[in-house]
Amino acid sequence: MLRLEGVHAGYGATTILHDVSLDVAAGEVVTIIGANGAGKTTTLRTIAGLLTPTAGRITFEGQDVTRLSGHEMVERGVTLIPEGRQLFPEMSVRENLLMGAYRRAARARQAETLEEVLELFPRVRERLDQNAGSLSGGEQQMVAIARGMMARPKLLMFDEPSLGLAPIIVSQVFAVVDRIVRSGVTVLIVEQNVFHTLQVADRGYVLENGEIVLRDEAKALLANDHVRRAYLGI
Amino acid sequence: MDILLQVLANGLMLGGLFAIVSVGLTLIFGIVKVVNFAHGEFLMLGMYGTYLVTSALGLHPFVAVIAVVPVLFILGALTQRLLIQPLMASGDDHIQIFATVGLSTALINLALLVFGADIANTPPHGLRAPVEIGPVRVLTGQIVIFLAAIALVVGLQAFLARTQTGRAIRAVAQNRAAAELMGIDVKRIYALTFGIGAACVGVAAVLVAPLYPTSPNSGTYFVLTAFVVVVLGGLGSIGGAFAGSLLIGLIDSVAGFYVGSDMREIAVFGVFLLILILRPSGLFGSRLKLAHVSP
Ligand SMILES: Nc1ncnc2c1ncn2[C@@H]1O[C@H](COP(=O)(O)OP(=O)(O)OP(=O)(O)O)[C@@H](O)[C@H]1O
Ligand SMILES: [Mg+2]
Repeated sequence: MLRLEGVHAGYGATTILHDVSLDVAAGEVVTIIGANGAGKTTTLRTIAGLLTPTAGRITFEGQDVTRLSGHEMVERGVTLIPEGRQLFPEMSVRENLLMGAYRRAARARQAETLEEVLELFPRVRERLDQNAGSLSGGEQQMVAIARGMMARPKLLMFDEPSLGLAPIIVSQVFAVVDRIVRSGVTVLIVEQNVFHTLQVADRGYVLENGEIVLRDEAKALLANDHVRRAYLGI
Repeated sequence: MDILLQVLANGLMLGGLFAIVSVGLTLIFGIVKVVNFAHGEFLMLGMYGTYLVTSALGLHPFVAVIAVVPVLFILGALTQRLLIQPLMASGDDHIQIFATVGLSTALINLALLVFGADIANTPPHGLRAPVEIGPVRVLTGQIVIFLAAIALVVGLQAFLARTQTGRAIRAVAQNRAAAELMGIDVKRIYALTFGIGAACVGVAAVLVAPLYPTSPNSGTYFVLTAFVVVVLGGLGSIGGAFAGSLLIGLIDSVAGFYVGSDMREIAVFGVFLLILILRPSGLFGSRLKLAHVSP
């Protein structure tokens, strides 16, 4: 479904990603593991079209999407739930969710999708008319995930969905992510809780200093010595 | 007592004028975060357009709306696309200011070249006729401007609040990166917003032209107060700019009558500075909705 071939990307003159190749098949759950600053967010932003590769190629559903911009990638069915939530603070929760369904393919089924999504997030339903900026961190993260789902994406990317949340909220976020994964959406996820993520994922990539150093089945990565030492603290 | 009522009525009418001229400026500032120093020249071009349609074709000035508003919409959208957007990438806001100041000067000189320095008077078609409302007398055209200003403010707010495109415009203003992630074409929204802002001043031009003489400097004359009003209202707040317009109109009228006509500007700018010192975010700065700075 998604394929990166020898992608180089970065900010201005600084190249962060060096020769990154990875692929995600339809229905798969894939994770990218890496230390702080390894380039995980940069990878997701490049796929989402917010950064343009300086070299290499990205294809989605067999078509070249290397030079497409962010909104064009959304139209194709690629949605990123960004690090740090990035809600529209002065809009109500409902309006935030409706913005999620801005994509043409999602717009017509807005009301129906909203019902489906709220089914998954009863807490969000209670807050529909509240300003998004006034929610707690955990609630904001739920809204961010719900907003991402409103686009009815083919590929849903998560960037650190549990970052900065209290442990009890983290387990709620994971419960939601697990349900999304089980519903059959193709998922690419970056998450600091590597242990949990590797249990949910089918496959994983290890990113170090902007390069892929390891790729394997999630189970194999859980058993890998380097991964255990560097990312699982075992 | 009747005199006071008349002075207040004049103030309100003046406020309506400031409001209708400044609505578009507020919108552009609130969403695109660009101070359009050529806003007055857009007004001036619209007034010339109205003059041409009215005097050449002998039609009622309001008919000019059909031509002036679309032309200004396109002019605004092109200004954003061809002038502002390429500069936005540089990340330096000052360059955008120089660009719109440059555009303003260019348009004034273009008008001098095409229309000359002489004053053009748009035939008023009864719009300068006075109407009596109780003890006060105002011009028909002034009432039209006042009502149109209210309609424009209410209409624009409803558009921003209720429609999918309006929500997208607000989303871009609040968080540009997140808007892109929703599938919103941010550059298109910027061009659209700039176009709408310019179209608003096109409406103002059509209504103002029959009441005031048109010259290449007309824009400068009207728009200085519009800038005051926009800042006063809390940059980017459309409702705030409307309230600020009425306030400035009233101060102008009251000071002009009771203190002396040469004191009007001193009073207006005195109050302006005072409010800025006491409330730097403007009168309605705390309820600033549009100009929420994106990360
Ligand atoms: N906007 C930016 N401009 C310049 N450099 C950036 C920018 N954002 C990130 N970087 C740099 O790119 C590198 C990779 O950052 P990135 O955010 O992709 O890492 P990450 O793997 O997501 O880390 P974390 O786990 O901390 O989120 C870092 O060295 C960072 O300093
Ligand atoms: Mg990151």
